[in-house]
Amino acid sequence: MSNTVDINVHHVTRVEGHGNIVLRARDGKIEKVEWQVPEAPRFFEAMVRGRPWSDIQTIVSRICGICSITHSFAGTKAVEDALGIEVSKQADKLRHMTHYAEYMQSHILHVGYLAVPDLLGAKSVVPLVATHGDAVKTVIRLHRAANEWSDWLAGRTTHPVTIKPGGFSRNFSDSEVREWKARLEKEVVPDLKAIAGVVLSLADKLPAFERPTEYMALTHPDYYTYYHGKITSTDTDEEVDIHEFERVVNEYVSPQSTAKWTKWHRDSYAVGALARFNNNADQLLPLAAETAGKLGLKKGCGNPYMNNVAQVVECVQAVEHALQLMDELLTAGLKEETLPDVKVRAGEGVGCVEAPRGILFHRYVFDKKGRCERANICIPTNQNHANIQKDFEALVPGIIDRPQDEIRLMMEMLVRAYDPCISCSTHYLDVEFV
Amino acid sequence: MSKPRLAIFDFACCEGCQLQIVNLEEEILDLISLVDPVEWREAISDQSDTYDIAIVEGSITRPEDEERVKKIRERSKVLIALGACAAIGGVNKLKNNFDMDDVKKCVYGKDADLPHLNTAMTKAVDEVVPVDFYVHGCPIDRDEFKHVVKSVALGKKPNIPVYPVCVECKLRENVCRYEFNELCLGPITRAGCGARCPSNGSWCFGCRGLAPDPNVDAAKEVMDKYKKTVDDLRDRILLFNSKQEHADV
Repeated sequence: MSNTVDINVHHVTRVEGHGNIVLRARDGKIEKVEWQVPEAPRFFEAMVRGRPWSDIQTIVSRICGICSITHSFAGTKAVEDALGIEVSKQADKLRHMTHYAEYMQSHILHVGYLAVPDLLGAKSVVPLVATHGDAVKTVIRLHRAANEWSDWLAGRTTHPVTIKPGGFSRNFSDSEVREWKARLEKEVVPDLKAIAGVVLSLADKLPAFERPTEYMALTHPDYYTYYHGKITSTDTDEEVDIHEFERVVNEYVSPQSTAKWTKWHRDSYAVGALARFNNNADQLLPLAAETAGKLGLKKGCGNPYMNNVAQVVECVQAVEHALQLMDELLTAGLKEETLPDVKVRAGEGVGCVEAPRGILFHRYVFDKKGRCERANICIPTNQNHANIQKDFEALVPGIIDRPQDEIRLMMEMLVRAYDPCISCSTHYLDVEFV
Repeated sequence: MSKPRLAIFDFACCEGCQLQIVNLEEEILDLISLVDPVEWREAISDQSDTYDIAIVEGSITRPEDEERVKKIRERSKVLIALGACAAIGGVNKLKNNFDMDDVKKCVYGKDADLPHLNTAMTKAVDEVVPVDFYVHGCPIDRDEFKHVVKSVALGKKPNIPVYPVCVECKLRENVCRYEFNELCLGPITRAGCGARCPSNGSWCFGCRGLAPDPNVDAAKEVMDKYKKTVDDLRDRILLFNSKQEHADV
């Protein structure tokens, strides 16, 4: 019987971390539809207690292998906030450029290696080498460029070495910046245009599913931000200071998940590329705006599968802004800088940045010796779990009469569209903050 | 002769070491010419049940995961521990410096006793099942990974350094981090990373584990010269090497 369905996807593949999909329906009636997160919790908030301020980046980078640069920035900005450490304009620009390397690395990995195989009916990227060789080569070239971009600025592809409270552990030269500017212009921009073309040719294979959703993101008056700003959402004009983040995330424990769930104005909200686009699309730079137009992505989009398209637009935005910053750095000329002397004191600080998969919050309290007393970390994928569940509940009734394999694929694709980083979302929070 | 069947499994970790395998890009195809990947959840939607080579990433942190890794061991001819979390427990072992009830309460508050939120002391893989080979580091070095997999596939013993990071750091002509008043674990940490952190202006935090053959006398001398204490050293060792057998410095 086509309308009796029993789907139990144990550990969804091609996502980062462990998640399960459960769907049981009899005679077209849905008895259970659940997005479950059974990933082993790792307890980072407990583990950082007692560690000195100078160890925070090294530890919290290890929350996530894909967004280690973002976690390093959130942790480092929180330390700088707590201890009153200043960062120079030059270092701030270099940090943005470092962040953009991770954006491109993460988004290209997700779109090219993890999501596109679904659209082409393949189990992984490997068989696509034979059938779509040029596209795969372009993806590989972009992914490698992004990794080498991280190697250059962060000292390593994953788990940065150079990011320190107050700036960087090493200096960068004009010639290094010039070399990378040329590579972005000559190699990366044309490759991104080619990938946008591939995604455009596949866009009609993305399911046309819409659900009105609250989208939350960081926002800044001056630019399409991933790094500085305040918290906002598509349900409000309010801009909330990052120090009050607990008031917008409203975490709670769900029995089906080792990761906490969150809500703001509705039962759930979404974060990530589509959320940033829906809040800040007016600030995209020209080539990114043009790419969004070509791909048919418009502000107010409520189709979660379009997150993949928003990721392509954001890659272009990241490279375009990096090129601007490189021009500014070269005009001023790069100067030798040393890390500031840190006056250790008791304090509390918050760091908030956008990870490729959504807004990320870190908070630490340090004692007078600069050792961490308490931590609270709120991860983007956590903030999407409830929304994935609500999407399932809206999606499944409309497709319940389709063949079981098709339902399973659409549910798996939905989870993958959110680009969940499940391993980073499963460490809970100290909810004692007032 | 058919190619060895290779599978990759992940336990508690950030999956950054698997990402380094993805980051090999087209070089993965060279490896696929030597081995047949039959299970890799992060990149491929296929699942199998017997393996010539099992690669295990991550630490063992729950009783049910001990059972899972034992089953993987039973079904595998060779088992490789991938990355610091699997090889030495790594950053996950920071947890072992606290009481487990306290750890759970700190993170889950009033929900700490819910069954699905259970945790136990963090173990490296070889504290649960025998491990044949190790790929060290946080994250792993891509070239070293290729070397280990190729060696195992060809039935050879991989060549992994036993000397400390200082050796590689000196070869790169870096200024010693102690000159910057930093406490660096280079003298006692296993080499093989090319002294990546000191070469980027930062101290070594010991992600490759303690060197089997450290130069203890030189380490003592440098500590004394720059007025660092055993307590300073012990504190830093905790970062990646909490509760290690040989960590009694």
